[in-house]
Order: sequence, then structure tokens, then C-alpha cells
Amino acid sequence: MSKYAAVAEIPARSMMFVPASNASMLSTAAVYGADAFVFDLEDAVSPREKDSARLLAFHALQSPLWRGLDVIIRVNGVDTPQFEADIDAMVRGGAAAIRLPMVSDAAMVRHLDDRLTEREQAYGRPPGSVKIVAAVESAAGVANAIAIATASPRLSAIALAAFDYLVDMRAVRSPGGAELFYARCAVLHAARVAKIAAYDVVYGRVDDEAGFIAEAELAKGLGFDGKSLINPRQIPLLHRVYTPSEAETAKAEHIVAAAEAALAAGVGAINVDGAMIDNPVVDAARRVIAYAAAGRNR
Amino acid sequence: MTVPSLVQDAAARPAGRLEAAAGSSLAAVAPSAVAAPPPPFAGWSAQTPHLVDESVKTGRKLCASLEEAVKRSGLQDGGTISFHHGFREGDKVVLAVVDELARLGYKNLTLASSSLNSCHGRLVEHIRAGVISRVYTSGMRGRLAAAVSRGLMETPVTVHSHGGRIALMDLGELRVDVAFLGVPTCDLFGNANGVSGRSRCGSLGYAMVDAARAGVVVAVAEQIVPYPNVPASILQDQVDLVVQVDEIGDPSKISVGAARLTTNPRELLIASYAAAVMEHSGYFAEGFSMQAGTGASAIATTRYLGKRMAELGVRAAWGLGGITGDMVDLQREGLVGKILDTQDFDAQAAADLAVNPDHVEITASQYANPFAKGAAVDQLDMVILSALEIDLDFNVNVLTGSDGIILGASGGHCDTSAGAKLSIIVTPLLRGRIPMVRDKLTTKVTPGETIGVLVTDHGVAVNPRRPELAERLAAAGLPVVGIEQLYDRCNAIAGKPRPLEFTDRVVGFVRYRDGSVIDTVYQVKEASR
Repeated sequence: MSKYAAVAEIPARSMMFVPASNASMLSTAAVYGADAFVFDLEDAVSPREKDSARLLAFHALQSPLWRGLDVIIRVNGVDTPQFEADIDAMVRGGAAAIRLPMVSDAAMVRHLDDRLTEREQAYGRPPGSVKIVAAVESAAGVANAIAIATASPRLSAIALAAFDYLVDMRAVRSPGGAELFYARCAVLHAARVAKIAAYDVVYGRVDDEAGFIAEAELAKGLGFDGKSLINPRQIPLLHRVYTPSEAETAKAEHIVAAAEAALAAGVGAINVDGAMIDNPVVDAARRVIAYAAAGRNR
Repeated sequence: MTVPSLVQDAAARPAGRLEAAAGSSLAAVAPSAVAAPPPPFAGWSAQTPHLVDESVKTGRKLCASLEEAVKRSGLQDGGTISFHHGFREGDKVVLAVVDELARLGYKNLTLASSSLNSCHGRLVEHIRAGVISRVYTSGMRGRLAAAVSRGLMETPVTVHSHGGRIALMDLGELRVDVAFLGVPTCDLFGNANGVSGRSRCGSLGYAMVDAARAGVVVAVAEQIVPYPNVPASILQDQVDLVVQVDEIGDPSKISVGAARLTTNPRELLIASYAAAVMEHSGYFAEGFSMQAGTGASAIATTRYLGKRMAELGVRAAWGLGGITGDMVDLQREGLVGKILDTQDFDAQAAADLAVNPDHVEITASQYANPFAKGAAVDQLDMVILSALEIDLDFNVNVLTGSDGIILGASGGHCDTSAGAKLSIIVTPLLRGRIPMVRDKLTTKVTPGETIGVLVTDHGVAVNPRRPELAERLAAAGLPVVGIEQLYDRCNAIAGKPRPLEFTDRVVGFVRYRDGSVIDTVYQVKEASR
């Protein structure tokens, strides 16, 4: 039991892609300490390696190396020839969640939901147990974000992917990210409406640490729960961004302690240093404490 | 210039020093050495005829060619020749000299280079032809190593550590008749160093040992410079002969691993663990000492540790090695006091040795000789080392690969791990699909009782002989696991490797630093594979 009875559950901060076609990475990437790993069957895998990558991912799911870690599978899109086989193999292999790429409307999510339900039955898994992360990568997807985020109870997160979206928008990636501002806000609003997590885009220039940190700070400030990552070196950088300072943590602990004292005393109003605070502030403080704890574990 | 008496006398006394052979007998004039009465005075040059003629006096050591140097050295069939490995993969002296010896018809020689590398592959032909029949070395790689592993030599090679080589010399087993020491610059009297001239290798720490111990010392110089070539690493009263050659080595091939920081996330992860192990080891305090190693993870560890040293204001009193530019950088940042340098691993370190009074050249004996009156390794707090395999008792193989073929070197591995208060092995848990943690080593080079910690990408295993260290590291939040867990994980990922098959034929003896035989390398059985 933790010190605070109701420490908030925080979503994964880092969602680290691992190309499923790379056996070496599948056998070692577990050591990097990401909050969640995404075995990628889609963009990182060449067309001629789609079958072998699926097989590798299937076997990696059974490996003791990955036991206890959050593993998500990015399958090929609903309109690709690999989609059915991907879903079948991953549900059978025990995947906890599917990241669906190129989601442009709610129907795609419902289609996946149906397929998952069917495969769960086929392999004796509890119905609804396989979660969905919907990746929005087009103008239509961004415009339909709320419908997508609320399309299925399986949805645990919505993620923005910038590359195809910017092509679709005829926009160019810039350091400040103005071209992504609307999409980020649209996806975030959808996530908050649906009460699911939201993930910011991949930062491709893996050797630019300062650029990555600046973008991660922007995403955190907007309200994203984390980022999708393509290089393990970005994991500790991201976690550091999401780790509150000691002063922030101390303040949060002070607030939660006051809230618990008020609860114990049967007092409705929570008084912190003479100021009255309400429940959302306490919830936010609990999240700060949870992020601080996550930061201590890397 | 005529020096006929020197040549003839030397030929008659292959293992003696030429200067001793130059006069009638130096021993005869040493009053305490013999009971016979000293000879009466017979003129100023009676005992020192080589000082009469001006050109002989100052130029008597210079040989016009390698052939002349070989002949004047008095080397005979069956003799022992030595070299240093300061140029590593860029060395050109070993083959130039052995080619010449082959041309002159020498047979049955013992080759005692402080180490051998891939660039020495052509020695295989000289071994087949009988020019070389025995080999002493710290290690070997490439074609030569593969051929030796497959049974090239009738007499097994002797693999020694850097300190152990000197032990074998001082114990009398390894007696070098003629040392051919490649030097970038040398004057006519033999004063030589590695920090000036076109092709600089930096420290001549290994050559200095041979200069002090070989029967005859030949300075094989790329450039002859005016007297006196000081500061000198190899000294005029050690050198018998000087010969100039076109090139002694390619300094660009000294570098092991690029000087730039690795971007490999796995190596960086290992390095971050290793730096944290050092920080929380109990030895990380103002005035500590370390040897950093040269692999990608080791260099990254140095960087990470340097950052922590700067943040926490903890400075090292001195660093030892095997020196790279990274150690030099730490010193320039004020984080390391002195550098003791037995060999340089890149151009930056070699250049710094030339100009920095706090960067000091030491001999391999001062570095690691277990029987020395003082070896720096015995003062060392922490050392970072690599491994090809490590077993459940922390014994380490740095010599043979998973196929049983020699591909590495003993080096200073067992010397520093014996001397340092804490030796830290850094290695990925698997290289490709080859597991590094084994129940049984292919070849044991360093005994596990001298190893403190194994750092891998999958966790940190502390030798059970150091329970207090395991507690400290676990308390610091490091992923401390049992080595058995790492072994199990190796097998879970890669499967348990099928044991190698060997014939009964011995191809090498691995000598521990004290001269004892710690393991035997057998010929790989390949027909069944």
C-alpha cells in the first residue's frame, strides 16, 4: 500500500517502437526501460518481410524477456492484405493492445473492434481484453478525432502521427511545431472527452537531444501523456521531462496530505496554507506524485 | 665507417651486449668482479678501441640496412627476437624484419612480440617455412590467429599478459637475444622516443622493457634526428645498433574504436550502468584512480563518469592505461591529476604525451609486472575491462571466440583485475546471438576471484565474494541481479550453445601473470561442424 491511499494511475509516458523484423532488437530492446513497447509490423517492415516479422513478434510475445512489460502491436492498416493475419496472430499470441495506424474515422475502429471480439472468442481470451491505440495520421483523422476516440470501449489511447498528416496538409515540419498545433489540440481534446491517454508525435532527428527535449516539453505542457519514440536514447530524456522537480513534488505531497487530513477529520473543505482548494487540484497533485514515483524508477 | 671487430665479436656472443663485447673484456677491468689483478695501463684507448676513430666513435651503431643490423646483432638460428606493439594494427616492423630474416636464411627463431595483430597475417608463411618456430605474444587476431588455432605450429604458442611477459623474462624463461624496436625518431646513439617525427605512436612502454632486458637492442628508426634526441624513452646506453627504414608503422591504425562517442543505445545503457557502478562502488572519492579501457562502452563510461565527477566535484588523482583522448580530455577539465601511460590508443593521447608534464610515460614493468618492485596496477582503485565470455564464477575469457578460434589478447586484463580494488567487466549480454555468460569458458584468462562486477545491458551482477558491494549498488537503484539470472536469460534468448569440439592437440598455453599455466588452448575440431 502506498503512502497515499489513492495515488493516481498514470499512463505510459514512453511508447517505444521496435521493428518486429529485427530479431536482435526484439531480443534485447526490453532492457531500455520504456513504459510501453510497440512491436511494429507496419512502416518499419519491408513488404517482403511482413510474414517473418509477424512470426517474430508472435514468438517474442511468448518470451519471458517481455513478460510483465507493456507490449502493443502496431499492425498493418485495415485496408492492407496483412491486416487479418496480423490481428489473428497477435490476439492468439497474447498481445495486450493493438495500435491501429491511419485511422481516419470511427468505422475503422469499430471494424477492428469486431475482428478483435471474434478472435478473442476463437482463442479463449476474455472479450474486450485487447485494447486499442488509435493512430491519427491524416486531416480526416484529426477532424474526426472525437468520434474516433469514443468509437470503442477498447480504446486506451489516441496517438498523433505527423509524417503522413503533414503531407496530407501540405505542411512542412518546423522546430516550433506551429503546423501541428491544431492537430495536437484536436487529438488532446478527443482524448480528454473520451477519458483516454494522448500521445504526441515521433521526433525523427535522433541525434538532436535539445530539439527532442524542447518538443517533449511542448507536448507535456499541452497535456499529452507521452510521446511515441523511435530510439531508445530518447527514453531517459522523455522520462526526465515528465519527472516533476523536487519542489513540485513536495508541494503536491503537501496538498494531498491536507486533503487526506480533511477527509480523516470529516471536513468537506480542503485548506492548504490558508487557501481553499478543490478536488481537481488534489487529483492533479496525485498525478504529480505518481510521475515523481515513475521518474525515480527511470 | 669500419666496425669489423664489432660485427665479428657480436656474432660470437649472440646473447651478450655488444658494448661488452666491444673491448677485450669489460669484466676484466671491473675490480670487484674477479679475483685476478686488474691489467696495467696500456694507453687511453687500449680497452676502448671504438673510441679512437671519430666516425666510429659517434657513428658506430648506425647500420646501412636491416641486413647489416641483423648480421651485426649476432642473431643465430634458434635465437629469440622481440618487438613491441605500439603501432597495433599499423605495425610494419615485425614483417619487415622477419621478411629479412627469412631472406637471410634464418630458421627456428622464437618470435616474442609484446602482441600481434591482424596486420601480421603473413607470418603464417614464415612459420610454415620454419623461419619462426615458437611464438610468445599477448594475443593475436585474423589470419595468423585462425591458422594457429587450426594447428599451424608444432610448438604451442605462449599467450601472456602484459605484466606476465616481463615476469617470463625475469624468471628466465623468455630470454630475448635481439630486440628490434620500431621507433619514430632516433639519434645516432640510439636515443629514441615515440612522440616526435612523422609516425608517432606515443608511449614506448612495451619497447622500454625490451630495451632494458634484451641481449642486443636494435633501434629500427623511421627518422634519424640530430643528437641528442631527448627526452628519450629508449636510451643511448641501452641501444646497440641503429637502422633507418622507410616506415615503421601507420599511426592512423593505432586507434581502437572511434574517438567519437558511440550512438549505440545498448552501449550507452551499459556505460550508464558502469558509470553508476563506479560512482556508488565506495571507491569514488576525491583522489581516486582508474583505468578506463578502450571499447565503445568503456569510452562512453569515461564520459558519463566525467560528467558525474564534474557535477559532484570529485577528482581522480590519476588515470592509468592504455590512454585515449578521453582521459586526456578529463585531465584538461581538471578532473584527473596525473596520467600514467604505457601505451597510447589514439593520436590525441600520443600528441598530449609529447607536451604535457602531467602525462607520463611508464614501462610495461612499471605498469603491470607482478614481480616488479612497484607496479601501478597495485595502486589502482577501479578498472573497466571487457570480456568475450564470463562464467558463473566470474572467470573471464578475452582470448578465444565462441568458435574456439583465437581472436583477442590477454593484454593487461588479468594484471589490472588482480591489482585494482575493483575490476568492472562491461559487455552486452549477447553479441549477435552469442551469449556472453557461460557455464564453462572456452578459455580462462582471468580468474574470477579478481573480478568484482559484471555490467551488462540486462543488469549488473556482483561477485558473491563482495556482498557489501552488491548491497551498495542495489541501494543506489542499480539493477543488481545474480549472474545465474543473466546466464538463464542468455539461454532463454539464444538457447544453450552446443559445446565446442576440440582435438587433443594443444595450440597454445595461456600463462597467468605469475608465469603459471592457467589454461590450455586446443585445436578446434572442424570436420564435424
